[in-house]
Amino acid sequence: MTPNPALQPSFTGDHRNPARASNARWKAGAAPSVVSLRQADSDANPKVHLDGISLSYKTNDGKRLLALDNIDLKVQPGEFLCIVGPSGCGKSTLLHLIAGLNQPTSGSVLMDNKPVTAPGTDRILIFQELGLFPWLKVGENVEFGMKMKGLSKAERRERVDYYLRLVHLSQFKDSYTHQLSGGMRQRVALARALATEPDVLLMDEPFAALDAQTRDLLHDELERLWAETGRTIIFVTHNVREAIRLGDRVALISFRPGKIKREYRVDLPRPRQLEDVSVALCAREILDDLRGEIDKSLREQYGDKEVHA
Amino acid sequence: MRKFARHAVFYAVLIGIWALLGALKIWPTYVFPTPKGVGEALYAGFQDHSFWIAIAVSMKRMLLGYSLSVVLGMVLGLGVASNKFLEETMGGLLVSLQSLPSICWLPLAVLWFGLTEKAILFVVVMGSLLSVTIAMEDGRKQMPKIHSMAGRNLGATGLKLFWYVLLPASLPFILNGLKQGWAFAWRSLISGEMIFVSLGLGQQLMMGRDLNDMNLVIAVMLLIIAIGYIVDGLVFRTAERSLQRRWGLEPAS
Repeated sequence: MTPNPALQPSFTGDHRNPARASNARWKAGAAPSVVSLRQADSDANPKVHLDGISLSYKTNDGKRLLALDNIDLKVQPGEFLCIVGPSGCGKSTLLHLIAGLNQPTSGSVLMDNKPVTAPGTDRILIFQELGLFPWLKVGENVEFGMKMKGLSKAERRERVDYYLRLVHLSQFKDSYTHQLSGGMRQRVALARALATEPDVLLMDEPFAALDAQTRDLLHDELERLWAETGRTIIFVTHNVREAIRLGDRVALISFRPGKIKREYRVDLPRPRQLEDVSVALCAREILDDLRGEIDKSLREQYGDKEVHA
Repeated sequence: MRKFARHAVFYAVLIGIWALLGALKIWPTYVFPTPKGVGEALYAGFQDHSFWIAIAVSMKRMLLGYSLSVVLGMVLGLGVASNKFLEETMGGLLVSLQSLPSICWLPLAVLWFGLTEKAILFVVVMGSLLSVTIAMEDGRKQMPKIHSMAGRNLGATGLKLFWYVLLPASLPFILNGLKQGWAFAWRSLISGEMIFVSLGLGQQLMMGRDLNDMNLVIAVMLLIIAIGYIVDGLVFRTAERSLQRRWGLEPAS
């Protein structure tokens, strides 16, 4: 197979050409100010810097398990980074570390070159299970982070309206979350995260449980929101095509210990579609690399000596 | 409406049988009161305000004692749930203590606090504290972990985290315990009031006994049942229903 020119593999620690992705951001309609800002960024000032992160913990039988092994990763401001890997490789754990919900065993998470020690509203995690509060209405859910931050009531109300409009849920402000469909709930979680106006949005397989149509729709919306708000997004998924559909860059994590096996830059023009041939070709290449890791994870899960594909 | 009609028929028949047995004069009326006598006792009690006073006094004790045990029980329950050592030691003690009827504390309470309001409050608190504590402990453990993570992720810490996230998130799991705590407190209170003389419904009942006035005894018993039923239906059912509506849990029917 000839190498795909849209996909440029780069190995861990290689962060040349940081502003490259901005050129490909949005063919038309992108906010020019955002683009120029990103071009001014240099490699020396990453938004998020994972500096040699390792995490190990004790399993039930008393053994120490190395979940993440010396992860080095720099994420540029406004970048859309996708992290892929087999299930159980520690992708979600990595997001929890960046969110400050957990502390690494060694190494540190840096936000704007300052170490992260606790959760903070400058980086909001959208959980795989969303974690919407069922005792609050949709509007109150969106308001929650701002309330904790101590914003004034008027400002909160204004922002709730703004972000609900952004995710097209204005008329559901007074509904309870269980009254909404899966895709709508996903959008509430997105609005709740955006409303605290974080610099970095951390997303943990947010669309894994959705049907294909809803997922396509939300891909479009997420890409639009990213272009409109200029946030940095770190998006974890096990779906390689999804990663290529959305990401400027894709980082592949290996299975136990979780290491960054390889990084890829995706130079396909936006907007992309999941069905694009070019997306499929890129995915094929990453999948070839991923195959070995998936086999490892399956062997671990099912205890087989060999897995026949 | 049909449900109401069924209830009306049921109670009419019940009272009818009672009245019939009374009218047959198998037993003397001072042993087997008639509905008419009980009705008159109820009327007289409300007329001379003695029932109103008794209800007010009993309710005041309940509210005080119950609120105390809810606050204490929540703190204790959270503590036990969040500490492995406490869970292993206190957890077992709490469960075994729950088999002790709280009225057993009365001799000690009277010794410690004298024949005062404090003694009766102590008995009420001991009656419901354990239910609330155990419920809170269970609730904290059953509560989906994602809620506390999501809360912290959105910037909630310490007291804010407890008040805005942990408490509402565990409410569906502790509501039954709160309800049970109320029922235990109610029983403890009435027993306590019956044993040492003070105002309140229990004392009204004992007065009926002392005067050999079974009409009064049954009238007070009816009041105790009615208040228990009203609180259960009004406060706890309403809370339950509102929780079910919010959380989208289907009522078990």
